[in-house]
Amino acid sequence: MIGYVILSQSGQPINYYIQLMQRIRLLKDKIISKLMLLFTILSVSLVFIIGIGLYYKSIPVLQNSTWGHLLTSSVWKPLKGLFGFYPYIMGTLWVTGIAIIIALPLCVLTSLYIVEYAHSRVRRILMPFVNLLSGIPPVIFGVWGVLFIIPLIQDHIAPHFVEFSTGYSVLAGGIVLAVMIFPLIVSILNEVLRTMPQELKDASLALGATKWETIKKVILRKALPGIIAATVLAISRAFGETIAVLMVCGNNAVVPHSVFDAGYPLPALIANNYGDMMSIPLYDSALMFAALLLFIIILLFNIISRIILSRLERKMAA
Amino acid sequence: MTKDKAHISVQDLNVHIGGNHILKDLNIDIPNKSVTSIIGPSGCGKTTLLKTFNRLHDTAADVKVTGKVLVDGEDIYDPNTEITHIRKKMGLLSQRPYPLPMSIYDNVAYGPRIHGTRKKQDLDIIVEKQLKATALWNEVKDRLHSSATRLSIGQQQRLCLARGLAVGPEIILGDESTSALDPVSTSIIEDLFVKLKQDYSIVLVTHILRQAARVSDYIIFVYDGRIVEYGKTEQVLRNPREELTKEYVKGYIV
Amino acid sequence: MRRRNLEELFFKFLMVLATLIVGGSFFLIVGTIFYKGAPYMTFDMLTKTPGGGFYIGKEGGILNAIIGSMYVAGGATILGLIISIPVAIYLNMYMDGKKFLSNTLRMVFDVLFGIPSIVYGAFGFLIMVYFGLRASLLGGIIAVTLLVIPILVRTLDEVIRTVPLELRDAALSLGSTRWETAKVVLRAIRPGIITAILISFGRAIGDVAAVLFTAGFSDNIPTSLHEPAATLPLAIFFQLGSPIEEVQGRGYASALILTIVVLIITILSELLVKKFYKHKS
Repeated sequence: MIGYVILSQSGQPINYYIQLMQRIRLLKDKIISKLMLLFTILSVSLVFIIGIGLYYKSIPVLQNSTWGHLLTSSVWKPLKGLFGFYPYIMGTLWVTGIAIIIALPLCVLTSLYIVEYAHSRVRRILMPFVNLLSGIPPVIFGVWGVLFIIPLIQDHIAPHFVEFSTGYSVLAGGIVLAVMIFPLIVSILNEVLRTMPQELKDASLALGATKWETIKKVILRKALPGIIAATVLAISRAFGETIAVLMVCGNNAVVPHSVFDAGYPLPALIANNYGDMMSIPLYDSALMFAALLLFIIILLFNIISRIILSRLERKMAA
Repeated sequence: MTKDKAHISVQDLNVHIGGNHILKDLNIDIPNKSVTSIIGPSGCGKTTLLKTFNRLHDTAADVKVTGKVLVDGEDIYDPNTEITHIRKKMGLLSQRPYPLPMSIYDNVAYGPRIHGTRKKQDLDIIVEKQLKATALWNEVKDRLHSSATRLSIGQQQRLCLARGLAVGPEIILGDESTSALDPVSTSIIEDLFVKLKQDYSIVLVTHILRQAARVSDYIIFVYDGRIVEYGKTEQVLRNPREELTKEYVKGYIV
Repeated sequence: MRRRNLEELFFKFLMVLATLIVGGSFFLIVGTIFYKGAPYMTFDMLTKTPGGGFYIGKEGGILNAIIGSMYVAGGATILGLIISIPVAIYLNMYMDGKKFLSNTLRMVFDVLFGIPSIVYGAFGFLIMVYFGLRASLLGGIIAVTLLVIPILVRTLDEVIRTVPLELRDAALSLGSTRWETAKVVLRAIRPGIITAILISFGRAIGDVAAVLFTAGFSDNIPTSLHEPAATLPLAIFFQLGSPIEEVQGRGYASALILTIVVLIITILSELLVKKFYKHKS
């Protein structure tokens, strides 16, 4: 048919070869679009596949015990099939709690300073370093913790409070984690504070409030959802952080009673025992249960903070 | 096709964007091989109307179009109509030039290439012809393979016109195509429109009345999503039938 | 009046202090790593594999981990791109008019981004067990690919959104199909794609928890996908635990190398982002 020419309504020649080309192009577009849809569905369903896979692997240990028992028991005897996650959960909570207590005030103050007080030059100089900090791999934070924080606690902090500490403690884990979540919190708070409408500040200043009073009574209150979202996101990040914490927090499976006690967070439990898990029955299932636990908590926290943030974004845009 | 036969025919067209009724019950026949200007105050729906002609609303969210738009007798909103083939018939010249991220030569050759022209000699001929048609050839013939973004805005806009012409359209749509340009480039583009109407049907959206007067044969005055008046340029501008048109032409409505 | 000012002054002081701590922590970390790692940095470190046996051998360098890291991070980034580019294009160019759905999908990728690498590692391990794979280079690449997909998708998504709609309209109005238009858009965001590659590579090369179960560890440079592979972070993690000073030193040197590599990658991507946005506006 190639070369056979007819006339269309508009009087222009239509070449069947060109029509064929056109068909091929459209077909190509269609096939590629289906392929892309497939990739999109596959990668999005990763969330569900991970959840289901971990749950499926946790079934043996769940059949052997109950959710309640697994979460509240402190007895960890893999050879007898006893898995109590309570100390690990508490280890995670201690480390995360310390990290947030240290990081949140520092980050709020920093963000307030660079957005409200400092010359814009300060922000332009500081933010690249914050970004660089966020790029540093967890294991490097771990090395830094071992080399710097551990001796600091052992020789300079702990002696003031307790008789003896090796330095490997939930405090060390908390400090290292706090530094790791600085960039996350600072960058979110920066965005939140920068989108505060100027009119709001002007209104307060016009009533005779000082800058600090305006910040305290108006800006912080307005920014509260953003601060909460940043905190929730930081918590979920801290929850799952493995290697850096593992390297510094002592990994002793007892419930910590002071910041100088060692702790054993959930991710560290998974990471430390992967080698043995195939040889002891139910052990692999118990570790997958730990992963499932992390997965569920972090999923929930992430969703909550994303919803708060996207609401805030819409409110600011409106 | 004879000169005054309708090239684009709009029948009972309604457009809603995000719940707002933007275009209301439009009926127009746009004639072949002449320049038709759509004028009206900003926000009246003139750009929306232009975009319905080549279904560019497809890419935007929340747009609902009902009614018919016939191009050469073919309803472009019919689900069975293949849109790339409709769009090929229409060259679009947008408010600001958006050269494709490639060389000057490749910009012009882009359309013919995707539509099946592969031979270099053929492409060379097309590129030279269209660059000459848009009075750009002498300015760029020595740097055809440098990036199109290095041209001046006025040159870029002419390049975009050449790019549109290269796919062999029958209609040229211009969306305030000179609003970002300097006076010299503007007058070059306007002259081109007048010259090109021998071979193409041209529909322009403009808010500059003098431009409409300079280049167009017909004028459509749109106000608040409705067509208020449609007629020969001379008549609409000198002697409007409707009160609203009169006020707009005098400059009372902006 | 006096008290009000004093309070403000006090908090301003706290703010400056906090800013110094947050900004200074970067220098403290990098400084510590340089201070400890620099003495062990020798030419052999970069060009030799470890000698004398795993965990105790005193000789040689960490070439195995450097090459292993390149393989894992490079492989994962390439695989990740193959999956993420279509997804990012689909989200932006094939879901016209389905804004709610595409935004929901974006959130899913944000959530995936938040899932810790240890979970990806555990899941990657499950996949390997399911398919009967041993801990190997391939296993590591698979786990890290899962980790970088959300990063790549969201970065590319943001970049594609900076492309003016008019450019797409221009390509469409020449009669392009959506795919042909997508190719034009991809051309327009080439610097953005490089940024995404850098960010993904930087994240991939630094991660331990995902490769811990999946890549294994070896003193040799892997010659096939089915051999176990060392990576820099794994080398740091394992060698730091050794009682032998030279082995620990290799760990510190590895930390220094990894830090330098990651810093260079981050700086490059920052510069590219700046240039890209300047170019756009």
